Amino acid sequence: MTLHTLNRPPSDRALLTDCLAALLADDTLLLLEDGVYCALESLSLPTGVRCVALAADVEARGIGSRLPAGIEVVDDAGFVELCCRNDRVLSWF
Amino acid sequence: MIFSLLVYGAPHSHQAAESAYRFAVSALNQGHGIHRIFFYGDGVHNGSALASPPQDECDLPARWQALAEQHELDLVVCIAAAVRRGVLDANEALRYEKPAHNLRAGFELSGLGQLAEAAIQSDRLITFGA
Repeated sequence: MTLHTLNRPPSDRALLTDCLAALLADDTLLLLEDGVYCALESLSLPTGVRCVALAADVEARGIGSRLPAGIEVVDDAGFVELCCRNDRVLSWF
Repeated sequence: MIFSLLVYGAPHSHQAAESAYRFAVSALNQGHGIHRIFFYGDGVHNGSALASPPQDECDLPARWQALAEQHELDLVVCIAAAVRRGVLDANEALRYEKPAHNLRAGFELSGLGQLAEAAIQSDRLITFGA
């Protein structure tokens, strides 16, 4: 179980592609900073991968109402909890 | 759980440092420990004593210092990344014959060995990339 964090927008295509290719079942993808814009793309996530976005960054960018179903929003405390619950944390930037 | 954080972003140019700060506060509030916060690359600017952002903006270097004082955090700035960017302590200013030094109180300059040690000693190393 790995927590992946992604902080770059979807226009950074190569990074997003590499990140998505590295996801395995039971992993979690956390979108933060400009990475929350990736939630607006039709991400093709492998089965069993959970996708969450960081609340403060979603709010700062005003995209809360546009998030598709299936993307959960977590606050900073939730970010910390995800780090604890997963065996390792891998940051994509 | 014991965390260490790796920060790549300067306070004024990228959100990474602010994200790391928020994470640190949240982890401490939940009762977790923070073994070390390592500032690398442009992240060394978090350790400048001279950064003077406008008063209505977030002063991250000051916030790091206050958080470190409150929780006895180990704030380590990569020495090689720092001296090339003009973030010097008194020793390095002397070594490089510079007229001043500007490393903020609460931070220390050290080598990458401190990052490796942090990775070994901590349950999780969280990278805030820029």
